[in-house]
Amino acid sequence: MTAPVLQVDNLKKHFPVDSGLRSSKEIVHAVDGVSFSIAPGEVLGLVGESGSGKSTVGKCILRLLEPTAGTITLQGTDITRLPRRRVRPLRRKMHMVFQDPYSSLNPRMPIGRIVGEPLRMHNLVDGSQLERRVSELLEMVALRPELRHRYPHELSGGQRQRVAIARALSVQPPLLIADEPVSALDVSVQASILNLLKDLQAELGFSCLFVAHDLSTVEFLCDRVAVMYLGKIVEMAPRKELFVHPKHPYTQALLSAVPVPDAKAQRHRQRIVLTGDIPSPVAPPTGCSFHTRCPVVQERNRIEEPQLREISGQGHHLVACHLVGPNGEAPDITRETSHAQ
Amino acid sequence: MTLLHVSGLSVRFRTEDNPVQALSDVSFALEEREILAIVGESGCGKSVTAMSILGLLPSTAAISGRIALEGRDLLTLPRKELRSIRGKELSMIFQEPMTSLNPVFTVGRQVGEVLRHHEGLSRRAARDRAIELLDLVGIPAPQRRVDEYPHQLSGGMRQRVMIAMAVSCDPKVLIADEPTTALDVTIQAGILDLMRDLRDKLGTAILLITHDLGVVADVAERVIVMYAGRKVEEATAEELFEHPQHPYTMGLLAAVPRLREQPNGERDRLAEIPGMVPSLSAPPSHCPFAPRCSRADELTLSELPELRDVRPGHAVACFHPGDERTYS
Ligand SMILES: Nc1ncnc2c1ncn2[C@@H]1O[C@H](COP(=O)(O)OP(=O)(O)OP(=O)(O)O)[C@@H](O)[C@H]1O
Ligand SMILES: Nc1ncnc2c1ncn2[C@@H]1O[C@H](COP(=O)(O)OP(=O)(O)O)[C@@H](O)[C@H]1O
Ligand SMILES: [Mg+2]
Ligand SMILES: [Mg+2]
Repeated sequence: MTAPVLQVDNLKKHFPVDSGLRSSKEIVHAVDGVSFSIAPGEVLGLVGESGSGKSTVGKCILRLLEPTAGTITLQGTDITRLPRRRVRPLRRKMHMVFQDPYSSLNPRMPIGRIVGEPLRMHNLVDGSQLERRVSELLEMVALRPELRHRYPHELSGGQRQRVAIARALSVQPPLLIADEPVSALDVSVQASILNLLKDLQAELGFSCLFVAHDLSTVEFLCDRVAVMYLGKIVEMAPRKELFVHPKHPYTQALLSAVPVPDAKAQRHRQRIVLTGDIPSPVAPPTGCSFHTRCPVVQERNRIEEPQLREISGQGHHLVACHLVGPNGEAPDITRETSHAQ
Repeated sequence: MTLLHVSGLSVRFRTEDNPVQALSDVSFALEEREILAIVGESGCGKSVTAMSILGLLPSTAAISGRIALEGRDLLTLPRKELRSIRGKELSMIFQEPMTSLNPVFTVGRQVGEVLRHHEGLSRRAARDRAIELLDLVGIPAPQRRVDEYPHQLSGGMRQRVMIAMAVSCDPKVLIADEPTTALDVTIQAGILDLMRDLRDKLGTAILLITHDLGVVADVAERVIVMYAGRKVEEATAEELFEHPQHPYTMGLLAAVPRLREQPNGERDRLAEIPGMVPSLSAPPSHCPFAPRCSRADELTLSELPELRDVRPGHAVACFHPGDERTYS
């Protein structure tokens, strides 16, 4: 087996926050013991509802946030506690693209400089080569090279996201971290950015952590998928396995809640509507953190915390649920999730 | 019976530089007890349509056309009368419930306020009715929740409070502009069920504005597709998804990734719609979709297609409509 590009072990990030009334501090358990790895050339999707901790995982890996506990290993090097000054050189090995193409680009820099900046910062090309390389990068993301003289506000949302991708890939990093890169875009623009990411990944072969709340997008792009709920991974499996044979009741509910764009199919679907709200990460429930909303909850789930464990014989399908048997026997909470024809 | 009739609605905004033609000649009817969706991409005029109906456009907007609620033209009605219609016969919910709720008042007070204002209820009666309404919209423990402040509620619960306020005076029409866009899918499913439920129980007709074709497929009975300020297609939901006629509608449907229908091959791609939406400052005199359309020809690039019925109840503004099979 080849060594992973990224290895995350038992990552925790707790934010102390003012509790308002009292002077005491409360703790937000944003990420609470997350482990996974990404192989060379693999795209791992991290999916979950808002507040589940996806972005916090990404920011800890990028060292934009200091992890509370756990270790992050990038290409064999433990980077969890690297001093500040040694974080910047890491951007050659992992770069990022964020959700909001409006705020993530420097508004006062022309596009050409934005795209070329990482190359300049890491002294990867000399001055005479830079211009040519920037043009190549713009062409790579299907933008006309003339655009390099323009400023971010003169571009559409989709064009700006292309610029962010060109910039991130300029240093040919082995790992790309993309946090909701298409959530702010219209569907037709989303399609072209998703295609672009898929094409570039196939061509350049980088590994990618793709953070998103939209399951269909994740299914389109990712090789393997991890589902997060309240700061923990509750299920992780290869794409097809996860979407066709979801085991965790939360994954099943999430999949059944996504409306399919087909009126007839959507109306004949039986979907599970979860009751209750997502609990506060300040005081996560005891036992299984999903037990307050789980339609098939049993007494044990309220007390004992389930560990993420592998189902035997199912090719790296991991699930954290007491109700899933050792061979993957799972409670079917939809009974009949007839999907779109 | 038609409740709300919009005909020939055009809206033009004055701005610092060029005027923006946000809506051009939009017509549609909302029937009693119906859930009608308006779908389209950012900037196509969905919210401007809603604001026009509600009389909430800024003074920089020049409006023409007719918006009739049971025969009364809302565009010519005196301000005062319009205000009493809004919130009572015609009510609304928006995308972000937090910005529409007042953070310093309890939810009970805010729901009650609407009732006191429009129905003249006493404080006591308004509170009791508020509890009933919170119960109606599926808020657990309404007796307790009624005394809570908006920040104590989750996004989904806040949207339920907004819906409670919106239906408190038993409106004829509810206009919902992206009511679930800020919510997670599991919460969205509950809100969509609630809207359907309210229509069934109270008979409220709903004009639902969304960019999400999945949401349309879930709740809408009829659908209007908008593009660059124009209505380009209208059909029942089933018909629209099964037999889309406008190349733009087809493009949108092909562009969305679908759950469990993903290609197995590594290189499979989503359909893209090439090009960009035309500028609304200089709207073309020809088909607005022509520059992005693979079917565009001389006619498409010189004239504006009129809406015409391709089947009863299915209208499309295109010179070359039809699905890939019928069109060639
Ligand atoms: N007050 C205004 N002044 C000038 N232009 C405006 C104003 N309000 C809206 N517009 C323009 O009118 C057009 C339609 O806007 P509208 O808000 O209806 O879009 P929308 O379909 O609701 O989009 P979204 O999905 O992004 O909410 C856009 O080009 C918008 O920029
Ligand atoms: N800087 C911060 N201070 C306090 N709480 C935070 C901070 N950043 C994130 N959180 C909290 O951590 C949790 C996870 O957030 P996030 O990782 O952004 O979720 P996601 O990306 O899955 O929507 C949320 O409850 C959020 O409010
Ligand atoms: Mg996030
Ligand atoms: Mg809008």
